[in-house]
Amino acid sequence: MPAKRLTRRRVISGSVVLVVVAALVGWAVWPDRAGWTSADERITVRTGPADAESVELDARLYLPRDRDGRVPAVLLAHGFGGTKDSVSDDAESLADRGYAVLTWTAQGFGGSGGQIHLDSPDYEVRDAQGLLDWLAARPEIKLDETGDPRVGVVGGSYGGALALLLAGQDPRVDAIVPSITWNDLNKAFLQQSADTTATGVFKKTWAGLYFGNGAATLAPEPAAAPVPGQDPACGRFAADICAAYLQLATTGTADQKTLDLLRKSSPATVLGRIKAPTLLIQGAVDTLFPLSEADANAKGIAATGTPVRVAWFTGGHDGGAGPQTDQDRVKYLTVQWLDHYVKGEGDAPSDSFTYSRVAGFSALDRGLVTNGYSTDAYPGMSGTGRTQVSLAGPAQPVANPPNGNPAALSSLPGTGGRLSELLGGLAADIPGQHASFQSTPVSSAIEVAGAPTVQLRVASPTGEATVFVKLYDVDESGAKTLSAGLVAPVRLTGLPASIEQAQPVTVTLPAIVRRIDSGHTVRVVVATSDQAFLTPAQPATYTVQVGSSITLPTVVGTPIANPQTVWRWVLGGLLLAIALGLAVVLLVRRRLRRRRHDETLEEYEDTPLVVRGLRKAYADGFVAVEEISFTVARGQVVGLLGPNGAGKTTTLRVLMGLTMPTGGDALVFGHRLMPGAPILSRVGALVEGPGFLPHLSGYENLEAYWRATGRPAADAHFEEALEIAGLGDSVHRKTKKYSHGMRQRLAIAQAMLGLPELLVLDEPTDGLDPPQIAEMRRVLKRYATDGRAVLVSSHLLAEVEQTCTHAVVVNKGRIVASGPVDEIVGESPSVQIAVSDVPAASAVLSSLGVKSVVPDGPSALIVDMNGTSRSEAVASLVKAGVEVDRVVPRRRLEDAFLALVGDNSRGSGDR
Amino acid sequence: MSTVVSYRPSATLPIRAEVKRQASRRRTQLALGFMVLLPIIILLAFEFGGGNGDDDNGGGAFGSLVDLATSGGLNFALFCLAVSAGFLLVVVVALFCGDPVASEASWGSLRYLLAIPVPRARLLAVKLVVALGYSLLALLILTATALLVGTLRYGWHPMGSTIAAAIPAGEGLLRLLGIVAYLAVIMLVVAGLAFLLSVLTDAALGAVGGAVLLWILSSILDQITALGSVRTVLPTHYSDAWLGLLSTPPQVDDLVKGAIAAICYATLFWSLAFWRFTRKDITS
Repeated sequence: MPAKRLTRRRVISGSVVLVVVAALVGWAVWPDRAGWTSADERITVRTGPADAESVELDARLYLPRDRDGRVPAVLLAHGFGGTKDSVSDDAESLADRGYAVLTWTAQGFGGSGGQIHLDSPDYEVRDAQGLLDWLAARPEIKLDETGDPRVGVVGGSYGGALALLLAGQDPRVDAIVPSITWNDLNKAFLQQSADTTATGVFKKTWAGLYFGNGAATLAPEPAAAPVPGQDPACGRFAADICAAYLQLATTGTADQKTLDLLRKSSPATVLGRIKAPTLLIQGAVDTLFPLSEADANAKGIAATGTPVRVAWFTGGHDGGAGPQTDQDRVKYLTVQWLDHYVKGEGDAPSDSFTYSRVAGFSALDRGLVTNGYSTDAYPGMSGTGRTQVSLAGPAQPVANPPNGNPAALSSLPGTGGRLSELLGGLAADIPGQHASFQSTPVSSAIEVAGAPTVQLRVASPTGEATVFVKLYDVDESGAKTLSAGLVAPVRLTGLPASIEQAQPVTVTLPAIVRRIDSGHTVRVVVATSDQAFLTPAQPATYTVQVGSSITLPTVVGTPIANPQTVWRWVLGGLLLAIALGLAVVLLVRRRLRRRRHDETLEEYEDTPLVVRGLRKAYADGFVAVEEISFTVARGQVVGLLGPNGAGKTTTLRVLMGLTMPTGGDALVFGHRLMPGAPILSRVGALVEGPGFLPHLSGYENLEAYWRATGRPAADAHFEEALEIAGLGDSVHRKTKKYSHGMRQRLAIAQAMLGLPELLVLDEPTDGLDPPQIAEMRRVLKRYATDGRAVLVSSHLLAEVEQTCTHAVVVNKGRIVASGPVDEIVGESPSVQIAVSDVPAASAVLSSLGVKSVVPDGPSALIVDMNGTSRSEAVASLVKAGVEVDRVVPRRRLEDAFLALVGDNSRGSGDR
Repeated sequence: MSTVVSYRPSATLPIRAEVKRQASRRRTQLALGFMVLLPIIILLAFEFGGGNGDDDNGGGAFGSLVDLATSGGLNFALFCLAVSAGFLLVVVVALFCGDPVASEASWGSLRYLLAIPVPRARLLAVKLVVALGYSLLALLILTATALLVGTLRYGWHPMGSTIAAAIPAGEGLLRLLGIVAYLAVIMLVVAGLAFLLSVLTDAALGAVGGAVLLWILSSILDQITALGSVRTVLPTHYSDAWLGLLSTPPQVDDLVKGAIAAICYATLFWSLAFWRFTRKDITS
């Protein structure tokens, strides 16, 4: 068989595949050339209440690489504790979209000078105004008029508030996109959820985190020496901010000075002056600046007629950037907003409100998966509808732990992005410190989006109480979930000591987006402590009672088409394409096959086999069959005789449709043979040894074979075949236990199943013992009656001579002799004469007029008599005094055969 | 008369004959039998394996599946599928799809089938359909047995997961069937690869082993996040996407992508297999 060699073709095709794969991988991982350039700048701006001071800001300007004239600008502000580097990704992506982006490190952070003034209108906002001046002076920046750049302001948290405050202070701002930011710092850090004038509850963990963050940034690098005049307690905070924090953190309440200071840094004061269209993006998983902050901003800005759009996403100071779908949506909205209001491209964004709700975990990256929804207009905190859920539970006493320890756990400020924990059973209440009020299972799912409200009555012996109201979603198995870890802190004053006298207050819980499934229960918990808040140090026992029902605002949004759904169409299209492709291939094949198989050569219609000029060359250049032509007629047993490797088996393989000839053809009853040609159904074959399923018995094998033909069992003539096989009871043993000869006989029987008109047997007597060989000869001779024909290949001269009516002798892929066996086995004109004196004998014989005299060994001659009788030759030799040892008549077949193999006992090579 | 009267190419090697051919083989019986045995072994392990093992913090969905495995028949079946999906099913599918052509070639019976003649495309198609049928049967047997023994032992309860709320039993059964269907689709890659190798080689073991090997290789490459977006075209990238069916509402986006990838790969491999087999010289 042709070995798999390393041919030129294989090397080339292998290399091509390798190159293509390498190119694809390289293309996939090759970094794109950025569409922008950036340059670091040190910008000095005037700052302070009267522009009396100056501060150097560490800034970076990104410019689109391929810009056409002047481009609009975006001022991109970072969050608290960050630097210009923390927004580099957003800056690059905006620069890619054709904006000049100016990022800078706010004063008091990183490499910028100055101190932290908490987005003070006198400091940080002034700085930003100075940056607008700087932008207006740049030749790359598009101007509305001299000194007024076309600019949008984008920022999150600290940067978001800056965007709002700047837009309120400087009319040059054309659009703003503030996200996850505050409306009123007082309300954010002294949160009060009840409708009362009492100061709220200090959000100590977040405040501490932020103060610590600012204090930690003493210097951009670890300072070699302490900065002179800097208070280590305050870090880079301005003295007034630092004092306010220390006062607040110590007492838990704010004095007027602190309130004024925080108020000054709150966008709430400037909302009426904001004329720049505003896109407010707020996170639903944010215990620092909850959704209500954006709501207040939206209402304040919209009151003056300025376009405002609101979007919520599942993320925030607790939840991080949120799932990819939310990030994509927020980015899309931001770019759409800027493109229209700053760049002047695209239609005006609609007023629709978009939000998302957690659907579950992503199976692949363990992140959250959310579904997006939209409604035509922003519904605010109270939803578009509302559902009342009854709550049951008696008034309960709850203990305030001394110094707020131990405290209930609701959120983990500052850990960032641990959404999964906020969704799981993280929240824990301390026994004795909480009262619980529960509904019956809800009958249908409630799609909550907004701030639930509940009535609350509290009695306290001290006249004051700080409690935390939480809304749990409890599933059938009792697992409770505190949506986004949000709690409503309530600080009440002037309370009576007895619950009967307590007046109800309305508590507005933080806005959430959640679907409460049918069968779940709603549980309202009133707890006295929370790790995130500062609670009274004195122990006390309050009595709490919530109203008989909780109002849940609902919004039924339209699901936003998931861009991923396009893949479903791709899948459908793919399946359709495959089905169509398959149908086309089948049709074409059927047509081709019909045309090919209908070709019949009429003149050979009644001839079992005609081989014409057959040639088989393998891909590696080896030629197994040079050219072979012969005919098998009805009633003949034809022997294909040749040494091992003469090309016999290859010829038979072609006859079986296993191998494609490279030249010539073979016709069976006039039909050209090719793989799978139906005419093969009239041929039975044994080629290259038997092939049986080893785990089946001989009989089962024959059955399995016949089943595979799909022909009726009656056509098989099992009995005759089994008789030929002559296996007796062994026919029911597994074939893997058969001897070689048994397998050979079974294979011949299999070839004869259905009594095919042409029987092709490759070395049929291989492995048989002499009586079986004799029997086989009789069988084959008998078989070739009734118009059937047999083709037998063999490398044994005797076998062909005794079995066949006709013989074809092949060697080295060519026919050497062919004809009826009687004819070629009959007397040959040549004889072998063994003599005592070869030269003398040669001379005598030559004189007799024979055709040729060839020495054969030291004492023999092969003589082509050419009509001279043997007796005359012997007489002449004897007369000439040459002793004649013996005279052997030779036969033609032997002549031919020995001429092939006699010269070279190694045969004609491995074929 | 161009053929024997009773011979029709489309009647050769009937599906039933091929089913019988494979059914009589020991490896078929063993593979299917093991599908029955596995859930029982797992059940016994849960029963006698000592309950409160401080399993290594059980993070991720898989850990939670272990915790929930004994909470009901549906969860038990889910667990059995989850532990089989990574390797066992791959081996079984590779065995059923990688073996049939290569083993016929190695026995020498392939050339006699082709000389009947069973048209080559038909031979391949029948072998493929039957191999896929056995693969699906193995998957179904595994699921059905797990569901049966799990329900008998742990009862019929909603399907729980830590990913989302418990799914009512009726819908849970549908989700389970969805997971089975998705696994079946994902396994088409293995089936395609094993079948192609089966056509290319005469060694059945080579075809089965090669397919499993390449699958594992793809799984390993998928773990290397540094490969970035190249990973998304790996056939194993979406092999765990069925977990998305455990959330409410089910997340099917990754399933769809996984199905696209699997079908593309399988189509490619099978096309190559047919293209090669209908042209090559049968030398076995």
